[in-house]
Amino acid sequence: MIRRISDLIFSLLCLLAVIIGLGFLFAIIYALVERGLPAFWTYPVFTESVPPPNEPGGLLNAIVGSLIITGLGMAMAIPFGVLIATYMTEFGAESRLSSAIRFFNDVLLSAPSILLGLFVYAFLVGPLGGYSALSGAVALALIAIPMIVRTTDGVLQLLPREIREAAVALGVPRWKVTVLIVWRAALGGIITAILLATARIAGETAPLLFTAFSNNFLSFDLTEPMGNLPVVMFNFALSPYQNWQDLAWAASLLITVTILAMSIIARLIVGRRM
Amino acid sequence: MTDAPIEEIGPSHKTAFNHKGPRLGDPIFAGISRIFGLALIGMLFAILVVLVHAAWPSIEQFGFAFIPSTTWNPVTNEFGAWPAIVGTLVSSCVAMLFAIPISFGIAVFITEIAPPSIGSALGRLIELMAGIPSIIFGMWGLLVFAPFLARHVQPPIIEAFAGVPLLGTIFGPPPIGIGVFTAGIILAIMTIPLITAVMRDVILSVPTVMREAAYGIGCTRFEVVRLVLVPAGRIGLVGAVILGLGRALGETMAVTFVIGNAHNISASLFMPGTTISATIANEFTEATGTLYPAALMELGIILFVITIIVLALSRLMLRATTL
Repeated sequence: MIRRISDLIFSLLCLLAVIIGLGFLFAIIYALVERGLPAFWTYPVFTESVPPPNEPGGLLNAIVGSLIITGLGMAMAIPFGVLIATYMTEFGAESRLSSAIRFFNDVLLSAPSILLGLFVYAFLVGPLGGYSALSGAVALALIAIPMIVRTTDGVLQLLPREIREAAVALGVPRWKVTVLIVWRAALGGIITAILLATARIAGETAPLLFTAFSNNFLSFDLTEPMGNLPVVMFNFALSPYQNWQDLAWAASLLITVTILAMSIIARLIVGRRM
Repeated sequence: MTDAPIEEIGPSHKTAFNHKGPRLGDPIFAGISRIFGLALIGMLFAILVVLVHAAWPSIEQFGFAFIPSTTWNPVTNEFGAWPAIVGTLVSSCVAMLFAIPISFGIAVFITEIAPPSIGSALGRLIELMAGIPSIIFGMWGLLVFAPFLARHVQPPIIEAFAGVPLLGTIFGPPPIGIGVFTAGIILAIMTIPLITAVMRDVILSVPTVMREAAYGIGCTRFEVVRLVLVPAGRIGLVGAVILGLGRALGETMAVTFVIGNAHNISASLFMPGTTISATIANEFTEATGTLYPAALMELGIILFVITIIVLALSRLMLRATTL
């Protein structure tokens, strides 16, 4: 009897944990929708740049800036990440360099993102003479690279050895085996890695605070500070002005929906392949 | 007659894999990818060297006294790391106090209690939650959760513990919503998906035979969890917690909004405090002179060292869990 009751209590406590966890999730999603959605009708979110306090305006420059900085960061990170993972599985498999890279990649993966911001500040922002979109993109790339390496490494290791051996037996050079067979077979996994890394850096704020900084005007100049959604959210959410707070909620809804969509697509790709 | 087709598919036949002359492709491709790999290792050392170089004025000025010093005064150029270190550790520990039981409960529910279809759906939902950027948690914490705590949660707690020797101090006034306690809860909410996902994998890695044997001799679910799953996966479960702790220690945006950013060490968890990452995020763009930014860089190095130790620990434990 006591065993039955304690089992029941335990199961109920587990259920309670689920309810608490999901409760927080829904509370956050609810707040995002409730406070963020109306802003899309009351403010020209997609057509105007960020306004001064208590004046109408939108998020255009921040959206464009986020797209540019994230895109540029990924453009730097993808070749880096895929090539490093390729080295570890295709060329340096089981070498000491390979396991060293794997170890240091994990250290980089776990480095707090704000430290990468500090590093890029000291390394690039000072020498380049000020905040710039370019240094923001480099900081984001440093976050994306270890993620891409980790996931791609896993995908490449799962590929059967035989498909490589079959091609090598035909006299195909290793690099062609890699490009035409290994990469093609792992394409779904690599795209998943890229999507997940993009989703992660799209919402990163800390490394942008002192690299890309912010800019209230639409800018395409990579050597100048550039507005971006996360920093706008940071600045506006802490402000006392109603229109700034509304726009911060709109920005967070926009970014959350984008990120969730990307991770769902990434999971669908993985699911279909399995 | 029979020669012709052989000639056709011989070396002159154009296929994607055809090659002529010396094979330069392989060494070039291998060389380039190797250089990228070396660059990754170089990058980590570059980060350390650059941070130490940038922090040098502060390291030179304060020496080891930087760590135990509690003064943080940009006006007089006196900097000490202690309040930020304590705030980082305390807020993360509060986070773990909340996150451990909830994550464990969810992980057990997903793997042992719920029917498989509901379990895997819940698992996916939790994984999605892990993708929400930390600034969203911070914003929600400041604008929605903190006012709620200040109005409905903190006053009754303060009242309940008033006059009790130790707890009365820890849960002392004021009920202002933002502070170390709130930061801890927001960190807990943020790390729950991560800890849950790892705990679920650890529980799933316990061989089915073991739990079937336990159910077979009439154990209840609670007994299977307590007597089979937890002992078998204990190292992995602890590894999951330490992984979450490592994430919480380095987290910036979720904390910066709600901790209050005061360089104080208070006995009350409801009082504002600060963490290393929150201090850097808040003050770095406004730090002028040479000593102030250098002190912030040195804080960054301390954080780096703390997180590396914690995460190395968790990886060691998670590696040992493969049964």
